[in-house]
Amino acid sequence: MEQLKTIGRELAMGSQGGFNQSKEFLDLIKSIGETRSKSEEDRIVLHEIETLKRRINEPDIPKRKMKEYIIRLVYIEMLGHDASFGYIHAVKMTHDDSVLLKRTGYLAVTLFLNEDHDLIILIVNTIQKDLKSDNYLVVCAALNACCRLINEETVPAVIGSVVELLGHQKEAVRKKAVMALHSFYRRAPSSVNHLVENFRKKLSDNDPGVMGATLCPLYDLITIDVNPYKDLVASFVNILKQVAERRLPKTYDYHQTPAPFIQIKLLKILALLGSGDKKSSEQMYTVIGDIMRKSDTTSNIGNAILYECICCISSILPSPKLLESAADAIAKFLKSDSHNLKYMGIDALGRLIRINPDIAEQHQLAVIDCLEDPDDTLKRKTFELLYKMTKSSNVEVIVDRMIDYMISINDSHYKTETASRCVELAEQFAPSNHWFIQTMNKVFQHAGDLVNPKVAHNLMRLIAEGFGEDDDAADSQLRSSAVESYLKIVDDPKLPSAFLQVICWVLGEYGTADGKYSASYISGKLCDVAEAHSSDDTVKAYAVTALMKVYCFEKAAGRKASLLPECQSLLEELSASHSSDLQQRAYEFQAILDLDANAIENIMPLDASCEDIEIDQTLSFLDGYVQTALEQGAEPYVSENERSTTLNISSIRNHNAYEHPAHSLRFEAYEVPKPVVPTNLPPAVTYPTELVPVPEPSYQPTLSSRPISDAGSGSTDLRLRLDGVQKKWGAPTYSSAASSSTSNFDSFRTAVNGATQSDNVPAKSREPRQPPVEVSEEKQKLAASLFGGRTERNERKQSGGAVGHGKASRTTNHREDKPQPTTVTTAVQSLAPPPDLLDLGEPTGAVSSYSSAVDPFKQLEGLLDLSQDGSAVATTSSGPDLMSLYSDSSTNGQKDNMNSAPNSSNRTASLTKGPSLKDALDKDALVRQMGVNPSSQNPNLFSDLLG
Amino acid sequence: MILAMIVINNQGKPRLAKFYNYTPVEQQQHIIRSIYSVLCLQPENVTNFIEGASFLGPDTRLVYKLFATLYFVFVFDSSENELAMFDLIQVYVETLEKCFNNVCELDIVLNYSKMHTILDEMILGGQVVETNSEKVMQAVEEISKLEKVTTATKLISKSASLLWG
Repeated sequence: MEQLKTIGRELAMGSQGGFNQSKEFLDLIKSIGETRSKSEEDRIVLHEIETLKRRINEPDIPKRKMKEYIIRLVYIEMLGHDASFGYIHAVKMTHDDSVLLKRTGYLAVTLFLNEDHDLIILIVNTIQKDLKSDNYLVVCAALNACCRLINEETVPAVIGSVVELLGHQKEAVRKKAVMALHSFYRRAPSSVNHLVENFRKKLSDNDPGVMGATLCPLYDLITIDVNPYKDLVASFVNILKQVAERRLPKTYDYHQTPAPFIQIKLLKILALLGSGDKKSSEQMYTVIGDIMRKSDTTSNIGNAILYECICCISSILPSPKLLESAADAIAKFLKSDSHNLKYMGIDALGRLIRINPDIAEQHQLAVIDCLEDPDDTLKRKTFELLYKMTKSSNVEVIVDRMIDYMISINDSHYKTETASRCVELAEQFAPSNHWFIQTMNKVFQHAGDLVNPKVAHNLMRLIAEGFGEDDDAADSQLRSSAVESYLKIVDDPKLPSAFLQVICWVLGEYGTADGKYSASYISGKLCDVAEAHSSDDTVKAYAVTALMKVYCFEKAAGRKASLLPECQSLLEELSASHSSDLQQRAYEFQAILDLDANAIENIMPLDASCEDIEIDQTLSFLDGYVQTALEQGAEPYVSENERSTTLNISSIRNHNAYEHPAHSLRFEAYEVPKPVVPTNLPPAVTYPTELVPVPEPSYQPTLSSRPISDAGSGSTDLRLRLDGVQKKWGAPTYSSAASSSTSNFDSFRTAVNGATQSDNVPAKSREPRQPPVEVSEEKQKLAASLFGGRTERNERKQSGGAVGHGKASRTTNHREDKPQPTTVTTAVQSLAPPPDLLDLGEPTGAVSSYSSAVDPFKQLEGLLDLSQDGSAVATTSSGPDLMSLYSDSSTNGQKDNMNSAPNSSNRTASLTKGPSLKDALDKDALVRQMGVNPSSQNPNLFSDLLG
Repeated sequence: MILAMIVINNQGKPRLAKFYNYTPVEQQQHIIRSIYSVLCLQPENVTNFIEGASFLGPDTRLVYKLFATLYFVFVFDSSENELAMFDLIQVYVETLEKCFNNVCELDIVLNYSKMHTILDEMILGGQVVETNSEKVMQAVEEISKLEKVTTATKLISKSASLLWG
């Protein structure tokens, strides 16, 4: 069949005569197409290369033939063979007068050469000439080549002509000139900086194609620095409006959508310009809203625009109305059957939850579907989303899931990424010591060799430092749970080296600390480790030092410590080791064996890994010794500077009468050194027990009181964040306190639309929520534990039989279920401000009472929810009121509406709050990152947020 | 920006490869091979997007679409919209369709330089410049007209010389 087609094509080619190739080339392509193996293909291509090498150097080749040879060269290179012998011919071809050949030449050189190739110098002249050609096709070809072949050095040669071409009468030429200028800018910004103004000018080109092309360089420029382009916001908005209103020629439509690529680019630019800028953002709201309303969700490109709108909305200062339509659009994406759209939906959700974390709750089941989808790309994207929305209430489930995924994949890149994310989340949000240790064990066991060695060091430090100064009991509990779990798995022969190092260190430092395990038991285990991993010097070093510590602690505690025979033999083996490090450790250990308990206690103080090592730089403890030496007639010490500056021979010569000038050779034997007088001073310097360098010796574990502004900055400061966790079991936590805006949106909507439309509005808002009936229990459980809010029904089931994540979800439910009845009853009874819904305590009080105060829909919702869907009620929990933060930015018209709403007095009161929107947002993000529990640990922070 | 456009058939043979940053030949081959090895393992009914971080370097992703026997692949960074790239494939293939009427793999193999011409009209220096397939077609038509003219004149001059010579 294919054979037939081929013949047909050949005939067609013959008659067509367009891009006519010879029989030879067709044969080549055909034979390559028919090869069954790579080696066969290589053989054919090598043969072809031989032929070409011979032919191409023949004199007087007809030009048409030459053109075909060049195309064959390009083809060969695409198949991965070297065609450099023909480069020069391609360069020559660009000099040809015929447009056709010239184009072929340019095509070949752009594919063959990079901008720093030696042959470029031969082309620049031609390009220069061609840019001035009368034939616009020649100019286009030259501009094409410019984009690829001109480097910083050659830019000045062509830039003049390119700028002139910006005013060419053909729009194709103008467009390409813009792109050429853009590529110069990317390669050598300094050489075209003075011409950047041209891009602005071209924005008003009367050809939409040129304008569209101009958006590319402007986007790059705006990415680098937004400020000089703020004045263009109005123009961009205007253009976008015109495009969306179909004012462009019909030819720019693509699948009935007007100029979609231009729309997308504009939305990207607006997202940059509006970020953190209230004035600019306000200008965009209307047009973005229009586009979202008009967008055609049945076509792919329509959805692309919609997605870009969501990105834009999440980047500019949020408008509640737009956020709501963005949430609706996301719901549609997630519900779609197309995996592409689901992927986009998950991505968009990840962007939006940065602004409004509660949006995720509406889509919990869809998210879980994506998580369980066999599609790997989708799954990874979903894990990214989970990573972004992790908080202390769902960390256990999320990290468990991530670890399962990490174990299931083989790709080392994603394994490493997932592992480091697990570690990061565990360090930030760990609910308990035990869980933290277990999680780290799992991560190390399965990906120990892939995680950053810093993680291992961090873990050691965390165990050593604990979580706070004041809670010694918790610290020692953490340590003993670590020791216990390590003793359980240490016999596993396949542990990665980094993990073994941690195990050895912890066993050495804390193995005997709680008295549960005897020193000989721990030593035995450590000897086993050293023996089982005899090829790994680092592990052995850790093991032998740990042994030494165990021995020292025993002896210092006054117990009788004796070396196990296997330990003895290990020491003997190591003292003859090839590694000088191991040897030294072994000898040090042996030296320590002879010391008495008192000395040992000084050398190896118990649990002193976090103490600062004080270094006495003046070596004052030697003073007595020096004094006696001086009294006995020794020369005083001359500092190094003095010695080198004055070439202080005299003082030395006094000492030694035979001394020659400094730089000549000495022929006499050196004098016998005096025996060192042993000092009876106790060693003041602590013996460096650390294998692990402590990066900041002066580091004080006072995180809770530290200002968060610098806490978010460095990963070196990663520590367990347990301060927010205690509260998890009790009253409000961060998760419940986090803003919930659905209710606020509803109220906003009422305010805007007035009471007349009230009927359809709630129906619409119900839409995205899926009826929980058809969903399997397991998924619901997962959803509950991930997102924190499910029905009581679920809770009961879980407490009945759920094993895995039951604990987490149950507790979260407890927290959020209780207030439900209050919500409903108060809402039904009257419009009077109800008591604080979730009893969140002082900082949220004012706002929450407002947000639930006058919301007719809340009543409806409450009634519905009681009977069927608990998840909705969970969202009624109040928190920092988004409205109050953002309503400043809504348009005047909306404000008017709001003022006419019954709650106007309340509203304005809340409007005046909040000192700086941007600061508040930033802080909010930071807080989320830190996982700080606002109401308990740092009330100031949270009240700041709320204004 | 767009980093590369690649067409591979379902046996892993490259049919068109264009890299918008200079890439040495060996690396091109490596990239093509690794893309193919990922693509051929993709099950049906999954997203057409693949994160490229593990085999193409950081901040890369690719969009692919399978037409009959050919994978059309765009490699790009995070400044592009995945769905839009997905449609760019559509634009390209639609243009090919208009050019060749019922385009098949063979057309693509045989009209290697025309494929490049079309692509050059759409993407310049890694940026999308034209997505209107009518306009792309116009430009390409003009170029091929030119080629016809030159071959025709050559034929005439050839026959003339035969006549007179």
